[in-house]
Amino acid sequence: MLFKLKINQRIETVDVSPDTPLLWVLRDVLHLVGTKYGCGMGVCGACTVHLGDQAIRSCSIPVSALGDQPITTIEGLAEAERHPVQLAWESLDVPQCGYCQAGQIMSATALLHHTPHPTVEDIDAAMSGNLCRCGTYTRIREAIQHAASLGHTAAAHKTAHGE
Amino acid sequence: MRMNRRSFLQLATLAGGGMALRLYHLPTLDAQEKLPELTPQAFVHIAPDGITTIMARASESGQGMRNMLPMLIAEELDVDWKNVRVQQADLDESRYGRQFSGGSMNTPLGWDPMRRVGAAARQLLVATAAEQWNLPVSACTTAHGHVLHKATGRSASYGELASSAASRKAPPLDNVTLKDPSEYRIIGHSTQGVDIPAITTGKPLFGIDVELPGMLYASIQKAPVFAGKVKNANLDEIRKMPGIRHVFVIEGTIRPAAFTPWEPGIEPGIAIVADTWWQAQTARTQLKVDWDLGPAASQSSEGFRQRAKELLAEPPGNTVRTYGNVESSLHTAAKVVQATYEYPFIAHMTMEAQGATAHWKNGRMEMWSTSTQPENGRELVAQTLGIDKSAITTHMIRSGGSFGRRLQNDYLVEAAWIAKRVDAPVKLLWSREDDISHDGLRPGGTMGLMGGLDARGRLTHWRQHFITFGENHHLASGGGIGSDSYPAGFVPAYALYTSAQPLMLRTGALRAPGDNAYCWVAQSFLDEMAFAAGRDPLEFQLELLSNQRVPWTVGQPDAVGDHEPTGPSVLVPERFKGVLQLVAEKSGWATRKKQPGRGMGIAAWFCHLGYFAEVADVSVDKDNNVTVHNVWAAGDIGSQIINPRAAENMVQGGIMDGMSALGQEITLANGRIEQSNFHNHPILRMRQTPKIEVFWNRTHYPPTGLGEPSLPPVLPAVTNAIFAATGRRIRTLPLQRSGFNWA
Ligand code: FES
Ligand code: FES
Repeated sequence: MLFKLKINQRIETVDVSPDTPLLWVLRDVLHLVGTKYGCGMGVCGACTVHLGDQAIRSCSIPVSALGDQPITTIEGLAEAERHPVQLAWESLDVPQCGYCQAGQIMSATALLHHTPHPTVEDIDAAMSGNLCRCGTYTRIREAIQHAASLGHTAAAHKTAHGE
Repeated sequence: MRMNRRSFLQLATLAGGGMALRLYHLPTLDAQEKLPELTPQAFVHIAPDGITTIMARASESGQGMRNMLPMLIAEELDVDWKNVRVQQADLDESRYGRQFSGGSMNTPLGWDPMRRVGAAARQLLVATAAEQWNLPVSACTTAHGHVLHKATGRSASYGELASSAASRKAPPLDNVTLKDPSEYRIIGHSTQGVDIPAITTGKPLFGIDVELPGMLYASIQKAPVFAGKVKNANLDEIRKMPGIRHVFVIEGTIRPAAFTPWEPGIEPGIAIVADTWWQAQTARTQLKVDWDLGPAASQSSEGFRQRAKELLAEPPGNTVRTYGNVESSLHTAAKVVQATYEYPFIAHMTMEAQGATAHWKNGRMEMWSTSTQPENGRELVAQTLGIDKSAITTHMIRSGGSFGRRLQNDYLVEAAWIAKRVDAPVKLLWSREDDISHDGLRPGGTMGLMGGLDARGRLTHWRQHFITFGENHHLASGGGIGSDSYPAGFVPAYALYTSAQPLMLRTGALRAPGDNAYCWVAQSFLDEMAFAAGRDPLEFQLELLSNQRVPWTVGQPDAVGDHEPTGPSVLVPERFKGVLQLVAEKSGWATRKKQPGRGMGIAAWFCHLGYFAEVADVSVDKDNNVTVHNVWAAGDIGSQIINPRAAENMVQGGIMDGMSALGQEITLANGRIEQSNFHNHPILRMRQTPKIEVFWNRTHYPPTGLGEPSLPPVLPAVTNAIFAATGRRIRTLPLQRSGFNWA
């Protein structure tokens, strides 16, 4: 069956069975392999992408349920420049194996989009659906706080230039 | 014989099927081991613009090997790290030496040769410049990727010199001059993980990301019971499903027996090859298979527990080590404490499930492997498929975690087996459920302990009867302990006995194998003994470490199962004490508050050549929910912390991993593993993460590895803290079996 999807600002048409989870459309059909498979049942967060501005688990939503909302994956997170969250991840050297980190970054960017200055409790609540088998949680927390401060600076910078 | 038994990775036993995984040997290589002569040309390539490519020889699954080993080369080569590009080497041990990652051995085994490779490359560049300038080599120096002659102000970049330097004959590696550590500009300075930009932007990087033109996707349905065989299946129906290209029965080669070897063979099942993995998975749900489950279907956790109880009451099957006449003198102790400790099987649960990609073409096999023991993988593929080793090419791909799982190569052999029957590249991927039910599990175990104290409250006796799995002297992989593991040798009278029951199940090394269980047992029971003596556990242990040691004597077995000696033959008591004292100081141990519902626990361990002591600060609420608030860790891995920021991350990860293990359990009923995914074999989440502070005790010993040694002490540190908070001793894991839960 044909489905038209808006992924990372591009319209993609895919021919798959309607029950195919978004995760496997991304990975095996569109070759966007940044989004990862961890559990296939919505409990690990490795497959997190944005549907509209919400973080969702792409393993648990069939392609037929997506509607026409735009989808953003890790590959589409930053078009020209890196997102402050990516920069924070890099400067704090967050990943170990790195496998969970695309999902972590997608959850973190959604958090900061809705809550630009999260408390530690906000961070723990928003991020506890994302497992990290390597146990990099301490760094992830620090990186989100760092990104929040970067994002703030970037926004302030933009405003200053705009005015 | 002893030298030989300790030799690094005895692959010779592979053919017999009973591979002893001797990863954890001493840092000096055995004299008789033949290693290829490493050359700087194999590892270093310098472009005319000075950009220096350094080959990373070891596999990468998150321990930072792609940084650590190249950093050693770059340091002695004397280039700026910003001009270094790291490239993963393909498998070629004749060129690169050992290419495996396990047992925290890359640092101790790479520290010397990798620096020498860098120094030899530097020496070639200096010789080239000196010749061009007609000056003595001794008059030239190097800095920032240049050869310099200070007196004349002459300077040549490595990029200019590289091509003629590369054609010179490299000096013997033991003949090069190494820097004084005070000159280090890279070692001891944090470098960013070389793959991090690719990770944060979602570039293809991991085993699961490998894509080749015309590639097909494979999934394997195996029996719900270990080594169960296919009698009948509706394969023709499956073949008609959308996207399905091939469906085969894998006969398999495993023979269920009381002792299951490290690589027991290929497991039977049904391979489904499709255009996409989802199609293969969908077809799997329609499979109707009549299985011949075989003898493993009779196994259950309840049965194991019953049998362990019986064995504990019987005379031990095997005496591993005794001294000090434990049996005849234990009754003379002023106080005797008896306890039984029990811990479960647990699974690896690497974040990336197992899998591999393989392509059979024109009589050659090309493999994209996440194995941390790739040469062993190549040998197994050659042996299983009956092809020549030289017809196999292995690309080493980053993996989403190993924790010991990828030391085994079962998934790689399966991918190659399928690829050989398919006229296209094939990517095999296990589902999470496959990954748990076909893991090489950390074996469970039971330990019957008796400890004795003298009238002054000193530890005098330690008698332990270890109930494990296997047959006679063939014990389940990944479940052994050192017969000289602490506190052996430090206790005046000691005995270690073993008894084993059959196990038809794959087991293997899980991060800090053996130690991840025995440290919990030993450091919990030491805490119990200190309490029985009315003494502080830290002071009790420092005194024990000051005892005159009972030496290990030649001829005594040095380990049980495939564990490596870790005790008095290699343990330095001053280092053990050093980390205990440091962690006590940093955690405020001496002035800790005692209050109901909140407590601190301390534990330390030596394994994989590293020393760690950890203190946990824990609270337990009225419903027995446990929160870990703080963990302080003190480590001694020698004179250098090569990549400090990554090292700290690794320690924090080891602590989280050890804490997760406290709540995990794999159980069997009718031979079936009952857990299936992260919801019923959980790993801890961010909201459960304590504040973790890491401290280093620098000593003058050569640097050693960090993948494993931070993990073991946190288990007893937490359970000892629960005791301090509640007065209830945890002798059975997981925590839930002792009436506690994570908050
Ligand atoms: S793979 Fe989707 S939540 Fe785990
Ligand atoms: S970095 Fe390995 S799972 Fe998170």
